[in-house]
Amino acid sequence: MGLDLCHTNRFAALDLSAPNNNRNSVLLRVAEVNPTDIENPEYFHKVVDCQYACPAHTPVPEYIRLIAAQRYTDAYMINWRSNVFPGILGRTCDRPCEPACRRVRVEEEPVAICRLKRVAADNKGAIEDRLPDIPTQKNGKRIALIGAGPASLTVARDLAPLGYIIDIFDNQFAGGGMMRSQIPAFRLPIKVLDEEVSYILQRGVNATFDVEVDSLKSVLDKNYDAVFVGTGAPRGKGLNLPGLEDAMDNVHLGIDWLSSVAFEHTESIGKRVLVLGGGNTAMDCCRTSKRLGGEDVRVVVRSPFEDMKASPWEKEDAMHEGIPIYNNHVPKEFVVEDGKLVGMHFEKVEAQYDEDGKRSLVPTGEDLVFMEADDVLMAIGQENAFPWIERDLGIEFDKWDMPVINEVTFQSTNEKVFFGGDAAFGPENIITAVAHGHQAAVSIDLFCNGEDVTQRPAPGVTLSSQKMGVHEWSYDNAIETDQRYVVPLAPLEESLSDRKMEVELGFDPATGYKEAERCLNCDVQTVFEETRCIECDACVDICPTDCITFTENGEEEELRTRLAAPAGNLAQDLYVSETLPTKRVMVKDENVCLHCGLCAERCPTTAWDMQKFLYNVTQAGQPV
Amino acid sequence: MSYQLPKFRHPDLPVNDLGYTKADYEGAISTLCAGCGHDSISGAIVRSCHELSIEPHKIAKLSGIGCSSKSPTYFLGQSHGFNSVHGRMPSVVTGAALANRDLLYLGVSGDGDTASIGMGQFAHAVRRNLNMVYIVMNNGCYGLTKGQDSATADEGSASKKGDPSLWGAIDLCATALQMGATFVARSFSGDKEQLVPLIKAAISHRGFALLDVVSPCVTFNNNPESTKSYEFVREHAEATGTVDFVPLRKEITTDYKPGTAQEVTMHDGSSLHLYKVDESLNPFDRRSALNTIEDHREAGSILTGLIYIDEDSRDLHDLMETSQRPLNELDESDLCPGNKMLQNINASLR
Ligand SMILES: Cc1cc2nc3c(=O)[nH]c(=O)nc-3n(C[C@H](O)[C@H](O)[C@H](O)COP(=O)(O)OP(=O)(O)OC[C@H]3O[C@@H](n4cnc5c(N)ncnc54)[C@H](O)[C@@H]3O)c2cc1C
Ligand SMILES: Cc1ncc(C[n+]2csc(CCOP(=O)(O)OP(=O)(O)O)c2C)c(N)n1
Ligand code: SF4
Ligand code: SF4
Ligand code: SF4
Ligand SMILES: [Mg+2]
Repeated sequence: MGLDLCHTNRFAALDLSAPNNNRNSVLLRVAEVNPTDIENPEYFHKVVDCQYACPAHTPVPEYIRLIAAQRYTDAYMINWRSNVFPGILGRTCDRPCEPACRRVRVEEEPVAICRLKRVAADNKGAIEDRLPDIPTQKNGKRIALIGAGPASLTVARDLAPLGYIIDIFDNQFAGGGMMRSQIPAFRLPIKVLDEEVSYILQRGVNATFDVEVDSLKSVLDKNYDAVFVGTGAPRGKGLNLPGLEDAMDNVHLGIDWLSSVAFEHTESIGKRVLVLGGGNTAMDCCRTSKRLGGEDVRVVVRSPFEDMKASPWEKEDAMHEGIPIYNNHVPKEFVVEDGKLVGMHFEKVEAQYDEDGKRSLVPTGEDLVFMEADDVLMAIGQENAFPWIERDLGIEFDKWDMPVINEVTFQSTNEKVFFGGDAAFGPENIITAVAHGHQAAVSIDLFCNGEDVTQRPAPGVTLSSQKMGVHEWSYDNAIETDQRYVVPLAPLEESLSDRKMEVELGFDPATGYKEAERCLNCDVQTVFEETRCIECDACVDICPTDCITFTENGEEEELRTRLAAPAGNLAQDLYVSETLPTKRVMVKDENVCLHCGLCAERCPTTAWDMQKFLYNVTQAGQPV
Repeated sequence: MSYQLPKFRHPDLPVNDLGYTKADYEGAISTLCAGCGHDSISGAIVRSCHELSIEPHKIAKLSGIGCSSKSPTYFLGQSHGFNSVHGRMPSVVTGAALANRDLLYLGVSGDGDTASIGMGQFAHAVRRNLNMVYIVMNNGCYGLTKGQDSATADEGSASKKGDPSLWGAIDLCATALQMGATFVARSFSGDKEQLVPLIKAAISHRGFALLDVVSPCVTFNNNPESTKSYEFVREHAEATGTVDFVPLRKEITTDYKPGTAQEVTMHDGSSLHLYKVDESLNPFDRRSALNTIEDHREAGSILTGLIYIDEDSRDLHDLMETSQRPLNELDESDLCPGNKMLQNINASLR
């Protein structure tokens, strides 16, 4: 007697009413998760956590692999195309990519994405021959850019190769905006700044420096086809406390003081310095003070330490230089003796939080604290100021006196005038200014071609298999457990005695390689092809982080409770397949996938493949 | 090819009563073919032992020769292991179990290792009701030696490169029942929902527990002409019913309609809930179990699930009234009670 080998009634044994499977509940379910549409570029883009978090969406893992391959110039150019200032950003970026890095979900520290960028910049070869050609035959359109900070420079870089005639105006003596006037040279050497600014300004752009634009109307009257406002948020906020008038000579606005140091108008400061404020400006002020003669330099901040706006590493750097941070101290008055500032009074407070988590600083009732000071630097914030923009040009301003700007197109209510960088929505950072610049350039290009600025060209996306052999991949799929490497610093004493000496030395190539190997290659996507799957469970069994489950479909919230491992990170998507022959679906929680490729290695039918997803943000001049 | 499993694990892996995660029960990365059913069974063993909170050093995993017998390397990396000779695993377990009754013996074998070269050893281990879990990773072929038909290959079934088998298959469940097995179950590597509770039940059973797990050999015996392929097994598997395993001191969370579930209390105090059981099968009756196996064979379907359990099973130690303290813990004073005792014994024999 032989067994029945007829295959007419496939999978009948897994009929929903079959006794052996708990699948009856399927019939009761209302909503099921739709199969994931991996054709939508945003699905895999989101899986590349760092790139997704980067305002300019730099293809991070792509350049990190090139660094590991010692292809520094190629790595630099990927960055240059995307974020325009790799050498500058590799030292100064606010790095929103790092907290987003997948690595922090499986261990303590993210990949040192930012400092790897610097490795590419430090070790690259000549790049001039890789820069885009600037046509000598112009396209006849004239664009004015006001301000020469990173936002305007990005617009210039994107539009110049398309043949636009570009005129930049700035009130400083050279380009770079706050990257030149604010960021101290010990964090950003002038040479690095000059180099990357020159890649733009020396290539077919007309720049006029030392000129204050005091009327937008006069610019518009020159019949430009479009105007970009990239003037930043140039006004420092002050504190009008009792005693200020008499103390005035020794009380300075942080950003004004930093630029006067940068431009060499100020070369010293008193021995005892109080820096008021808890943001990055305060950190730059205190560290600069230490280098200009300050001995007892203190940062005094109203909020608790953890709530300070400064990035954790900026605080660490300041404390490393022997600068104490006094938190929960609210400044009350300037104390003046014999017409001269001698110190300040502070009220001690503690933070209390209401039910909604809203904080209030409540005085503790202790005596006022007196701190001696020869100089006080106020670094409590910056704001925008547009006194030079006439209010009858069709540019609408809101109740906070900020221009009304479209968040996608960066166009103002005067269709010819675009804003970007800190000028658009208030102070942010360099990478945000760059991201705005790219988008504004796209808009200006569309606008000048008579096209609709809201019809944005799609991002450039490619998906390509990394398979080299049966079990071989063209990326390094082994997962390194190395802890994050620490960037070496110059000796403290030396760097404190020279304001221009760079504190961080950067990774050497060997350390850079090891750090690069920590990257999990999140852009190498796990791509599932259901028609090939025989539901053997091999991928489920091998996956080190229990990403994959075969189960019945269901409503997402409930489905998440039935997966191989807890799937509580709602910010991370589920990749859900079409229904398989056993009536189940494949569900992959993207949360802690290591992109190790083991699922694809263990799949007997190559239903899984590892495919590199390259996502390039739309830039000006791309076809719609 | 990856030779190492990444060290990172899901940060929120559940911990068991011992504070261990599933990762603490894993072994080395498998070198079996991608998609081999044996790897899924290894995964099910890992899950079962973790969920049962068994201390890894209280388990001994033993095997013979074959792809299946290699698999103990790929689970329970912190447990004792012995990779023995082809078909001889039962003897080694017998010796080990006599020396130390306190370990959980997990025998892993293949259909070749068990139904051919090891048939005699298997039969006697069953007959003696050795207290062990005996898992056969049954792919109907000799995977390791490139896919020759084994004695569990069904008549008419053909492997990828082979001709249809001329002989009928040895049904290991039926054989074990004939030999006096006290726990017999069959499952499928591709159905962990069924396999995991069965492994847990087998672990809790006192005596010989056979788990015959159909486990496709993707490389040599997963073709349409084979009755041990993923597709064929999925199409033809018919479960005896559903098994829920509830460990001791754990709350029963499933609601069973009155009269639908049968409860079995295991030796260690945990319980088995059998429900939606095939009406023709009485899993407490050997004759009924044998009949049901035969009925399904005739109908051309593969009977899976718990087939037979003897609730009053008495294992080898019970029958031989061996010392409650493991033999390997008895020292000289226990084993040489002295001259006076010897005189007494001699006197009693005069
Ligand atoms: C102390 C400090 C430290 C900082 N450190 C960092 C850091 O480490 N990393 C980081 O990412 N960001 C940092 N930032 C923020 C960053 O510098 C800004 O977000 C960024 O430079 C904004 O770029 P932007 O192009 O919008 O404008 P800006 O860089 O502000 O450039 C605007 C330019 O326009 C000029 N301008 C303004 N008005 C006129 C006018 N009417 N006529 C002519 N010219 C005009 C300005 O002088 C300036 O040159 C820091 C800011 C400060 C204050
Ligand atoms: C004494 C002896 N005879 C023969 C062999 C050759 N041999 C190695 S594995 C094997 C069969 C294994 O088949 P099975 O137990 O079903 O394991 P599988 O590889 O299919 O999992 C044989 C015959 C051997 N190793 N030792
Ligand atoms: S690549 Fe595959 S095996 Fe590796 S972690 Fe991601 S899902 Fe798991
Ligand atoms: S390993 Fe491949 S065939 Fe097996 S279940 Fe996973 S995707 Fe499907
Ligand atoms: S040969 Fe067959 S049994 Fe052996 S590892 Fe490969 S698939 Fe598994
Ligand atoms: Mg076999």
